[in-house]
Amino acid sequence: MNIKPISSPHVSSSRRVNDIMYKVILALLPAVGFGIILFGWSAFFLTFVTVLSALFFEAICLKLKGGAVESYLRDGSAIVTGLLVAMTLPPYAPWWIGVVGSGLAIILGKHVYGGLGQNLFNPAMLARVALLISFPIEMTTWVNVSPFFTGLDILESFKITFSGAEISDAITGATTLGFVKTGFSQAQLLPDLLNDYSGFLAFIGWERGSLGETSTLLILLGGIWLMRQGIIQWFIPVSLLASVTFLSTLFNLIDSTHYLSAWVHLNSGALMLVAFFIATDYVTSPNTPLGQLIFGTGCGVLIFVIRSWGGYPEGTGFAVLLMNSVTPLIDHYIRPRIYGRTRDGKPIEGG
Amino acid sequence: MFEFLENPKFRGGIHAEEHKAETCDKPIATNLPLPKKLYIPVQQHVGKPAEPIVKVGEHVLKGQLLAYSQGTISAPVHAPSSGVILDVQDFPAPHPSALPIRTIVIETDGEEKWFKYAIPEKPFELEPEEICLRVGGAGVVGLGGAVFPSAVKLNLRRKNQIHTLLINAGECEPYLTCDDLLMQERAVEIVSGIRLMLRGMNAPKAIVGIEDNKPNAFKAIQAASAEFEQISVVQVPTRYPMGWDRQMLRYLTGNEIPADGRATDIGVVIHNVATAYAVYQAVCLSKPLISRVVTVSGGAVSKPQNVEVPIGTLMSEVLAFCGVENEKLARLIMGGPMMGEVLPHADVPVVKASSGILALSHEDIFEPEVKPCIRCSSCVTACPVGLLPLEMASRIKANKLDAAVDLGLKDCISCGSCSYVCPSNIPLVHYFKFASGELFSRQQREHKGEQTKRLAEERTKRMERIKAEAEEDARRVMEARAARQAAEAKAQEENA
Repeated sequence: MNIKPISSPHVSSSRRVNDIMYKVILALLPAVGFGIILFGWSAFFLTFVTVLSALFFEAICLKLKGGAVESYLRDGSAIVTGLLVAMTLPPYAPWWIGVVGSGLAIILGKHVYGGLGQNLFNPAMLARVALLISFPIEMTTWVNVSPFFTGLDILESFKITFSGAEISDAITGATTLGFVKTGFSQAQLLPDLLNDYSGFLAFIGWERGSLGETSTLLILLGGIWLMRQGIIQWFIPVSLLASVTFLSTLFNLIDSTHYLSAWVHLNSGALMLVAFFIATDYVTSPNTPLGQLIFGTGCGVLIFVIRSWGGYPEGTGFAVLLMNSVTPLIDHYIRPRIYGRTRDGKPIEGG
Repeated sequence: MFEFLENPKFRGGIHAEEHKAETCDKPIATNLPLPKKLYIPVQQHVGKPAEPIVKVGEHVLKGQLLAYSQGTISAPVHAPSSGVILDVQDFPAPHPSALPIRTIVIETDGEEKWFKYAIPEKPFELEPEEICLRVGGAGVVGLGGAVFPSAVKLNLRRKNQIHTLLINAGECEPYLTCDDLLMQERAVEIVSGIRLMLRGMNAPKAIVGIEDNKPNAFKAIQAASAEFEQISVVQVPTRYPMGWDRQMLRYLTGNEIPADGRATDIGVVIHNVATAYAVYQAVCLSKPLISRVVTVSGGAVSKPQNVEVPIGTLMSEVLAFCGVENEKLARLIMGGPMMGEVLPHADVPVVKASSGILALSHEDIFEPEVKPCIRCSSCVTACPVGLLPLEMASRIKANKLDAAVDLGLKDCISCGSCSYVCPSNIPLVHYFKFASGELFSRQQREHKGEQTKRLAEERTKRMERIKAEAEEDARRVMEARAARQAAEAKAQEENA
C-alpha cells in the first residue's frame, strides 16, 4: 500500500479540465452548425481547416516544449480556440486566413506565454484583431446568406476556400454595424439607415456576419446551458450585456438619429459570443465575482464606445484585449472578504 | 456595498459524494472483542501531555486514572479496561509519521471491573464549578476532531458572558456517521449532556445544528429536547464544510468570529455533539472518557459500520472486526476523507480524536494526473473562508511565502474544498500545509537566531562589565597606592 506522504483531501470531484472544454465545444456547436447551414460548404471547409490547424500548431508547440503531448492535446483547449477563431471569420475567407488565425492564437496567443493557463490575452480575440489589422479586405468581405439549398455548390465553395476564387460583388454586402457606420460618414441618419433591418431575423441569426456569430438565439442558449452546467458564472455575461444595453438605451434616448438601439447592439457582431464564450475565458478574466463584474462592465463600456465613436464598426475584439490587460490589476486589488475580517483584511470587531 | 455577492449564511463549500448510506442505518456495534493489549498514549488532546502515575506491574481497574493532566490546558487519561500495566513505552502514534509517543500499555484481564467513583444523586443541581471539575477530571475533550479539553472551554464563562451554547452536529465529512448514530441511539443522554453544559457555563440557551441528511437524528434529538425550552434543534443544509464550527455559527446566528478571536468573544461556546454525550457520562455516571464511537468504512471494508471502541485498541483489530480486504486497500485514513490524515499502517491505537477509520479502495481515491491551473476559479468559489487558493498556490510555487501570507494563508482551515473541486487536480491543500510548515520552521530559526544574538550581546555586555570592573579595581589599587605613597612621603617629610 501507498505510504508516501499525502495531504488531504483523499477524494475529489470527477470534473476535469477535459470535461469543461468538451462542454464548451458542445455549447458552441449549435451556433457553428447554424453558420454552416447559413453560408454553405465554404463555412464548413473554413471551420475544418481552422480547427485542424489549431490542433496541428498545438501539437508542435507541445512537442517543442517537451513532456507529455498526447494528454494535453486531448484536453480540448486547442479545439475550443480553433472553433472560436473560425466563428469570428467571414464565412468565405480563404483557407490561409484560418491557418494564420489558428497559428496566431495558439503560438502567439498561448504558447509564447507558457501554454495552457498562462496567457494574458484571449487567444481567439488576439488572432481576430491581428487578422483584422493585417488582412482588412479578407476580414471584411461579408457574403449574403446563402444556405446549402440555394447557394454555391460544393465545388464552387471548395474553390472559394482553397483556390482563391473571386467572390462576386453580387453576393456580398455589409453587416448591420458596418452599414450604419458607413451611412453615418455619408451624413445619413438612423431610422432610414435601418429600413431593411429585421430585429427578428437578427435575433435568429439570418443575416450577414461572421461564420458563427450571427445567431443571438443559439449562442444565448449555449451560454445559458454552460451557466446551468456550472462552467461559467453569470457575473461577466450579465454585466457586459447590461452595460451595453444601458449605454445604448441612454444614448438612443438622447439622440435616436445617431445611436443604435440596444436591440440592434445586442443582436449585432460578436457581442453575444464575446459575452458568453470569450470574456468568460477563465485564464484571461478576473477570479472574484466583483472583479468579474468590473471586467464585464469594462468590456461592455469599451464595446459601446468603440462601436459608437471608434474607427471600426465592431469593437468587441479590442475591448476584450484591453480588459484582458487590466485583469492582473483587477485581481490584485479586488479580493474576496476573508471570514472574520473586513474587506481591507483587518479582524472584525468582536462582541 | 458588495455584500450582495456574498451569501450571508454560507459561503463556498462543496457537495461531495456522501457515502453515509453504508453505515448510517446500522446500530452501533458494542460487541467488539476486548483486545488483549491496549495502548493508551498520554497525549490525546491539545495541550500538555498527561503525566503517568501508574507503575509497571500495577493492576488497574476500568476507569482508573492512568495519567493526570499537567498545566491549565491538558487532560487526564484513564484505563479503558481492567488489567495489568505492562509497560510505559514509546509506541507509534496515529499520525502520518507514525512517530512513537509515550504510551501506557495495559494487558487486559477480561474482567472489566470498574473503579468505584461516587455517583452524584442530583447531577442537574451540581454547582457549575463542580460540573467543570468533573468534566475535566473525566478527561473529556472535543470529540469533533479538535480534541481541545472541554473543561477549559466550559470555564471560559469566567472571562466572557456566554449567551449561547452551540452544539455542532454537522458531521459534514463524507463517510462519517458516528455522531449521526450516537444521536439516533442516545439522544436522551446527549440532551442531558447539553443541559449539564448549559449549567456548567451559566448559559441561557443552546442551539443544536444538524445537517438535513440526518433526519432520524434530528427527530431523535428534537423529541428528547422537547420539554426543555432552552434547547432548540435546527436543521442546516447539507454542504461541506458546514461542520466547521465558525461556519455553523455563521449559519445559525449570522455572526462571524473575529479573525483574531474566539467564539467566546461574541458570547458563544461551540461543542461537538459527541462531547455532550461524554459530558453526560462524566457527570451523571462518573464514567471517564474511555471509549468512543468510530465509523469504520471505505471501499476496502466488507462490513462497514459504527463500532464502540475502547480507547487504545489497535486499529488493525477494529478493521479485522469489520472485515478489511487487504488487496483492495489503497489508503488508510483516520478521520474523514476531506481532512483526515493518512496512516502508514493500522498498528496504531484508536484515540479520543479517532472519529473514523477509513480503508479506502483505489476507486474511492480516484487520482488523475495533475494538469496546469486554468484559472477557472472553482477554488475561489468553493473556499468557505474567502481566500484565493489559486493565487496562494502560485505564490508558494514561486517560493514567495510572505506573499502567500498576505493573501491570507494563515486564515486557511485546510478543509480541502479547493483541492476537491480543482479540475486540474492540483494538490492545493498540500501547498498550503507545506508553506505553513516552512513558515513555522522559519519562525523557529528566527527565534533561535534572536536567542543566539541576545546571548552574544549579553556576553559582550558581561565581558565589558568585567573589563570595566577590572579597570575600576586597577584604578582603585593605583589610587590607594598613590594615596599610600603620598601618605608615606608626607610621613617622611614630617619625620624629616
